[in-house]
Amino acid sequence: MSFNATRPTLLAAPGVAWLVAFMVVPCLLVLSYAFFQRGVWGGVEYTFTLENFARVADPLYAKIFLNSARIALTATVVAILIAYPAAYAISRAPRMSQPILLFFAVLPFWSNYLIRTYAWIVLLNREGLINNLLRTLGYTGEPLSMLYTESAVITGLVYNYLPFVILAIYSTLSRLNPELMEASRDLGAGPVRTFLRVTLPLTLPGVAAGGVFVFVLSIGNFVTPALLGGGRFQMVGNLVYDQFLTANDWPFGAALGAALIVTMIVLLLLQARATAHASGERKGEVER
Amino acid sequence: MTRSNTPILRIEGVGKRFGPVTAVDNVSLDIRENEFFALLGPSGCGKTTLLRMLAGFEAPGTGRILLDGKDISPLPPEKRPLNLMFQSYALFPHMTVRQNLSYGLEMERLPKADIRRRVDDTMGMTDLTPFAERKPEQLSGGQKQRVALARALVKRPKVLLLDEPLGALDKKLRERMQLELKRMQNEAGITFVIVTHDQEEALVMADRMAILKDGRLLQVGAPEEVYEHPAERFVANFIGVMNFIDGKTGADGVFAAEGLQVKAQGGKPGTATLAIRPENIAIGPPGDLPVSGIIVDIAYHGLDRVLHVRTAAAETPLQVRIPASGASNWKTGDPISLRLDPAKCRLFQ
Repeated sequence: MSFNATRPTLLAAPGVAWLVAFMVVPCLLVLSYAFFQRGVWGGVEYTFTLENFARVADPLYAKIFLNSARIALTATVVAILIAYPAAYAISRAPRMSQPILLFFAVLPFWSNYLIRTYAWIVLLNREGLINNLLRTLGYTGEPLSMLYTESAVITGLVYNYLPFVILAIYSTLSRLNPELMEASRDLGAGPVRTFLRVTLPLTLPGVAAGGVFVFVLSIGNFVTPALLGGGRFQMVGNLVYDQFLTANDWPFGAALGAALIVTMIVLLLLQARATAHASGERKGEVER
Repeated sequence: MTRSNTPILRIEGVGKRFGPVTAVDNVSLDIRENEFFALLGPSGCGKTTLLRMLAGFEAPGTGRILLDGKDISPLPPEKRPLNLMFQSYALFPHMTVRQNLSYGLEMERLPKADIRRRVDDTMGMTDLTPFAERKPEQLSGGQKQRVALARALVKRPKVLLLDEPLGALDKKLRERMQLELKRMQNEAGITFVIVTHDQEEALVMADRMAILKDGRLLQVGAPEEVYEHPAERFVANFIGVMNFIDGKTGADGVFAAEGLQVKAQGGKPGTATLAIRPENIAIGPPGDLPVSGIIVDIAYHGLDRVLHVRTAAAETPLQVRIPASGASNWKTGDPISLRLDPAKCRLFQ
């Protein structure tokens, strides 16, 4: 029996070691800075303080935090609304063509994040493709200012994380027994009620997984707001970036990072619980 | 038990093709009110496709389906007053037993009190009351099967369709559920149409049965009728156990094979195959009866024994069924003589 117990531990060991060495330890190191004071000329002065956390709660920064959360939430909702129908269509396509369709859905993901985001600048700027297209179609007014707006940031975030959401939702949809939907129709529910009462509840774990993914990556993102927001729309990610690289205030940056990480962990835990709940209380006893 | 002859469900020249494959080929059938009707055939015979067309999940390529005289072919599944019990049961995993049963009635927008009463009644009838608040995965196979049945029955459909309803159960439970299903059909007064590949199941449960092969309807009739008078060689072979002997029928109507002559009914001159059931062959000591053979195997079935007898007439040994109590002195390798009951012989030409 000890053989059965030790083997999984052994198999997991390299992965766990990697995570501890390169993820947990550096994170803890950075987080520990949050409890010290900033040196006069940058750097860290090892005097214990909670002042950095108090600054995080300062209305100025809290507002940036909330604003980031709002942008991330909008991106999450938009991504789910686009991804669900796409994933549904792929899962209903002939089995042979599903891998190809999935490949195309994930294709943008194989190119560099920066390049993908720069592409949006080309599309959205005042002399960009969209404005040019509008002009050829006969639009004569002022060119639209689409770049460096909040919508541009949201567009960029949705675009970059959409493949994850499609994959997450597709994986739950494709595992769904199609006879469940047929049973619902057979029992008198039309397509809409079947979707709302059977398909959607049973695929919520996928929606939650994809949604949390977009939200967590969006709220801490700093590349997209910097490029597509033009620095005018500061998100927590940019703030952290600035503290570490511009303001040289590592302790405050670490405190902001800690706040972000706690938010993410809470969300991930909630998502894990929702998934466990939706997949049923499979610990329940079975009566013979 | 009221069993009228009015057809409640009429299948008129229904056909269905999937690409180059003809799944159902011009099938016409009448299913009567309150009868327990079985669609029987080997896998791939089109019985499930036919059932799915009745339920509304496939559109017939040709023909019409009439329920109470009205053409229901254009209606989507949710608008048809018949319900299907799925082979996989298809219970909603995120709902309790009670919620599964209530679902169909909620879709009819019935008052809450009515739903509760009808669900309670149906759970009582199917012995599910103690499991009302369980989720499907907390149920055993037999319990899930009852929930699937109850979920369809609670809708009080005009016709209940059952797709291999007992397929997933073990033999003991299956035999018990066969009788249970028949009892519930009687109690509910609903027409049952069951799809099965198990001929024994069809014989036990059905009032009438239809045998399908390669999408074509071969024979429709009561179990005794189909068993005693199979219309085709395939049916004879598929239902129960049948011995086949290839030979010739002479001008006098006497069927002859090597070492065997029988005056069977309805024989036309020419090559023919004689079919006879194992219980219609009598045995005797060597030389007593007209056909001689050697016992090559004896299978004990509790109630009876089946002797496998090699004769000159047939390539495969003939199966002969005898009561188990009487034949303990027969051994493998013994010579034996047989007599085929001419009244029970059937000829296929």
